[in-house]
Amino acid sequence: MIRVQEEDFDIGAEVAAIRRGRTDIGAIVTFTGTVRDVAGGEPISAMTLEHYPGMTEVELARVEGNALARWPLQASLIIHRYGRLEPGDNIVLVVTASPHRQAAFEAAAFLMDYLKTSAPFWKKEETATGEARWVDARESDDTALKRWQRTKRAAE
Amino acid sequence: MTLKIRYFAWVREQTGRAEEDLVVPEEVASVGDLIAWLTTRGPEFEAAFARPEVVRAALDHVHVAPDAALAGAREVAFFPPVTGG
Repeated sequence: MIRVQEEDFDIGAEVAAIRRGRTDIGAIVTFTGTVRDVAGGEPISAMTLEHYPGMTEVELARVEGNALARWPLQASLIIHRYGRLEPGDNIVLVVTASPHRQAAFEAAAFLMDYLKTSAPFWKKEETATGEARWVDARESDDTALKRWQRTKRAAE
Repeated sequence: MTLKIRYFAWVREQTGRAEEDLVVPEEVASVGDLIAWLTTRGPEFEAAFARPEVVRAALDHVHVAPDAALAGAREVAFFPPVTGG
């Protein structure tokens, strides 16, 4: 399931909703991305997340579909926030559930690696002095993606 | 051909607009052609596309490369590499 929203999310409530009424799940992994108070060695006071309504949902659903095709998941959830966020605020939640832990762990990492490099979100950080700057894409995010492409080739 | 063109993040700030509907000449066949044509519209577009290697494009909500054909597309978006998550 995909949700793109301005409001905060409750991790416990989301996990409870996934577990409700079922006892076949053996492993649940949650990943939460939060706003740090420092960027590039400089304190930041807030960040604003812009996104591309329409395309964001399409991309997140595509990434989720790829994970569901690759691992035996019983449930998956991606919630991504947009708008103005402050240090300590939640940005993104990924939940995966499977009968055994390895699929849930791997699928959660896969979802995060893919959404970071393909979902159309852009962060703008504000420093304490009121200066604002767009965050640059990180090469390490592309490197993180390559391991899934390698393992896929190896499996074929 | 009429296209809805959308701009995001610093591409939006540099062009000074979030979206517009444009009538594009027939000879503008690919995303790369469209970028070249847009840069002739003024200094704000020249600035936004000054480093084309850091501007990404999507056609009807799907990521595409600069050689992608515009034929049949309704919406084109230009934006920097994504930084969500």
